[in-house]
Amino acid sequence: MSIKERLGRELLFFDGGMGTLLQAEGLKAGELPEVWNLEFPDRIEKIHRQYYEAGSDIVLANTFGANACKFHHDKYLPEDAVRAALDAARTAQKKAAKGRETYVALDIGPTGKLLKPMGDLAFEDAYEAFVREVRCGQRYGADLIHIETMSDTYEVKAAVLAAKENADLPVFVTMIFDEKGKLLTGGDVPSVVALLEGLKVDAIGINCGLGPRQMLPILKEMRKYTSLPVIVKPNAGLPRQRGGETYYDVGPTEFAETMSEIVESGANIIGGCCGTTPEHIRHMVEICRNLNMLPPEEKQDTIVSSYGQAVILAEKPLIIGERINPTGKKRFKEALKSHDMDYILREGITQQDKGAHILDVNVGLPDIDEAAMMQDVVQELQSVTSLPLQIDTVDAKAMEAAMRIYNGKPMLNSVSGKQESMDRVFPLVQKYGGVVVGLTLNEQGIPADAKTRIAIAGKIIEEAARYGIPKKDIVIDVLTMTVSSEKDGARVTLEALKGVRERYKVRTVLGVSNISFGLPRRPVINSHFYTMALQSGLTAGIINPSSEEMMQAYHAYNALMGYDENCVSYIERYAAAPQMEGKEKTSVIGAGSGMTLSYAIERGLKEEAHRIARELVKEKEPLDIIQSDLIPALNIVGEGFEKGTIFLPQLLMSADAAKIAFAVIKDVLTVSGKEETKKEKIILATVKGDIHDIGKNIVRVLLENYGFEVIDLGKDVEPEVIVNQAVKENIRLVGLSALMTTTVASMEETIRILRETKPDCKVMVGGAVLNQEYADRIGADFYGKDAMQSVRYAQELLL
Amino acid sequence: MADERTLEAVRYLGYGRHAVDERTLALVADSFKELESCARLKSVYRIFECHFPEHGRIMIGTMNIASKNLAKNLLGCRETAVFGATLGAEVDFLLKKYSLTDMAKAVVLQACAAAYLEEYCDEIQDKLAKEKAKEGQWLRPRFSPGYGDFDIHHQQEVLRMLDAPKKIGLTMTERYMLTPTKSVTAVIGISREKADCHRKGCEECDKTDCKYRRNERDGAV
Repeated sequence: MSIKERLGRELLFFDGGMGTLLQAEGLKAGELPEVWNLEFPDRIEKIHRQYYEAGSDIVLANTFGANACKFHHDKYLPEDAVRAALDAARTAQKKAAKGRETYVALDIGPTGKLLKPMGDLAFEDAYEAFVREVRCGQRYGADLIHIETMSDTYEVKAAVLAAKENADLPVFVTMIFDEKGKLLTGGDVPSVVALLEGLKVDAIGINCGLGPRQMLPILKEMRKYTSLPVIVKPNAGLPRQRGGETYYDVGPTEFAETMSEIVESGANIIGGCCGTTPEHIRHMVEICRNLNMLPPEEKQDTIVSSYGQAVILAEKPLIIGERINPTGKKRFKEALKSHDMDYILREGITQQDKGAHILDVNVGLPDIDEAAMMQDVVQELQSVTSLPLQIDTVDAKAMEAAMRIYNGKPMLNSVSGKQESMDRVFPLVQKYGGVVVGLTLNEQGIPADAKTRIAIAGKIIEEAARYGIPKKDIVIDVLTMTVSSEKDGARVTLEALKGVRERYKVRTVLGVSNISFGLPRRPVINSHFYTMALQSGLTAGIINPSSEEMMQAYHAYNALMGYDENCVSYIERYAAAPQMEGKEKTSVIGAGSGMTLSYAIERGLKEEAHRIARELVKEKEPLDIIQSDLIPALNIVGEGFEKGTIFLPQLLMSADAAKIAFAVIKDVLTVSGKEETKKEKIILATVKGDIHDIGKNIVRVLLENYGFEVIDLGKDVEPEVIVNQAVKENIRLVGLSALMTTTVASMEETIRILRETKPDCKVMVGGAVLNQEYADRIGADFYGKDAMQSVRYAQELLL
Repeated sequence: MADERTLEAVRYLGYGRHAVDERTLALVADSFKELESCARLKSVYRIFECHFPEHGRIMIGTMNIASKNLAKNLLGCRETAVFGATLGAEVDFLLKKYSLTDMAKAVVLQACAAAYLEEYCDEIQDKLAKEKAKEGQWLRPRFSPGYGDFDIHHQQEVLRMLDAPKKIGLTMTERYMLTPTKSVTAVIGISREKADCHRKGCEECDKTDCKYRRNERDGAV
């Protein structure tokens, strides 16, 4: 019988620890265990044999670290190690597991590297490393692929995609959780379940990190969310230290007893990890063999996730932030065209701070490569927010590109009742997982009546089922019509909303703001319609969380409907509000009574700088404000910093305040159609291999303050990217940052290529490890000891 | 009088002996509060035998190190603890977020994270010191790859000896930088002799004109 047929129907047994036994045989700390497959295959085979004899159904071949990122050896390739490992396991199986159906698994452990953006390993490189291991496993006859000891959802996704796309074997995945039920990277149990079920693995679970006792609550939580068979492979207790050596103190009998509780709590496949031995497994098999196993149960939760959290679409309404979308937004379009990622990211952060639960991401513009842009924006957003994202595009290529690199189970906007749309989107959902928004329109357009829209929803759900996409992964959008042009528009939408909820018990979304196009004071209509829609069964409104009216509607609805226990959120939000309004008034008077823009900037008072600038532009020429208020204030602060009377945080608080005042002035200039004075462009980058960018960011903020346009290429930037950009924009000054001696080499390399390709371009450098002598040696034109020195050099050179 | 970690954070911010303004102190307090909730402190150490096959060369387990500075630091030790600690990846996310929205906060948070990590390392080290004291042994100050002539390239072996990626999620980049960025590795000498040394090594450094150098605590903050 194949393992897939037995899975979830009977209790299956894994083996136990490998590393501990190898160390007992003489493996040194820091040595690659997989080398032993080639040099001491008999020792490896002996361990496997002991596990088969102890009763293991599945034995993990010794391939845990045999990926190209981790396995570097001067004699052997990872492929050699995998082949030898599978041979050893097969030999053991033949000798020790006669007469029973047993299996050999290709064991895939982590790369030992952190993926971008936090580390330097690209998602696709991690994928490639796993592909080599997977292909080899398939070729040399593994029965299944077991991905384990993973602590990062992103790396796990790379491994699962590699397994799914390059082999046709069952895929099991287990991850390490801590006692709070969190991954090292912050993810929780439902986020892991959502991701892995979306990727269609065959079994999921927990291994390493904890002993059996500590795994019980995590197992229970996993059973609460998953419809898959659950694997539990604990260590022999929590690690303890004795004479500097790690050991585990849960013996075979105690281990086996706790494992029986684990089976009773819903584990379907059990085994051991660090510190467990064939003796542990023998006891475990003996005690657990005849226990009743709880088969997996279908769960109905609609879950989306990010690297750090799961969001469950349930009875309490949620907010999907709509602001990352260029439609009707000049500034946003501009940001997309100029690849101004920071602007887009700030839109995301603001919505998170205002209370959004999910962020819609739409970057569609006629003249851009949407797939590339979507991938960039998703990649960047998931490094500043842990909110799940809703990938919003009609371009299938962009949708797939984003789904592939998304770190979690995304929401997708959208599929419609058109056959062509379903043919395009459902295969993607089937492969990568996701919760997809179904629009109730079809080849004939948007039906004018509720009944037909409800019927289309049914058709979408039915068609999805043919791809194995469960109803819980479909949310329905019955579409908001503009009430100023369609008198019954709102009524029909609300009726349809109620209808799909009652008939299909699905969750719903709605782009709320469409309702008020063409009407004055749109928030009035929007917020009332929003309340009505919530009352009719709307789960997640796509709204602007910065709109006070919308948030009032949301919080009032939750308080009224009992979704806000003891009205805690409502009280927290509004109890202090009247006083705040009063305070605002007094400080306006305060502003009128003497605080100047210069003062606000010198003190780094952002709100005051904003308010005073807004007052000032009514009476003074924008350029005059810059000359007579802003620049003098910045000079005072800058000189204070140079003299050592003002320090970095203060300098930056002033810079931030000035930035806000500049933004107010810029708005006025844009509205009045006046051009800003053309700014000199400077490239800044943290060099290849370097991931520390705070110094570069400080320099950027100050240069922008002093009127330069900064092209910030980010961190870990290839020399060629910097040079090409310098040529393309005809740049006269490039600023490079490096933190350590190991990355100054990249700095030198960048300077060398820049000299060859664009000799008229000057280079200034900075960073912890640098000094004047070092800068001279690598051929820089200027060494900036601090951010202000860089500003002074730029002024001297360019102004 | 501010607490020790606040003093440490403002030192990293370059204040030296100067008085710190109220608003920066408020940012410092906020930052520590945020760190309390988002840092995921993890550490690991293992004890290895060490010996000195020749002048300026140290063997720690199988790690063969040429470093006069480290040899001086470990003089008289028969064992060393190899140590790793991290605040976790979420602190990096938070730093990135503030770099986009509030640069002053980002800079202060960065300094506070460094101080917070030091404090955490001290705690772990103090615990180990107490254990070792029972056996009549003393600890030396932490000494990290990259300090003085202790080659940064040993980072890789250190992480491997600790199984650090798996145990605490601590990894390094191709250029030997630790990730998550708010992390430390070090070796700590263990000896029967009580060497007269500071717990921290800042005062030991040759770079006496460093503006971040720790000063005598004279209540300037």
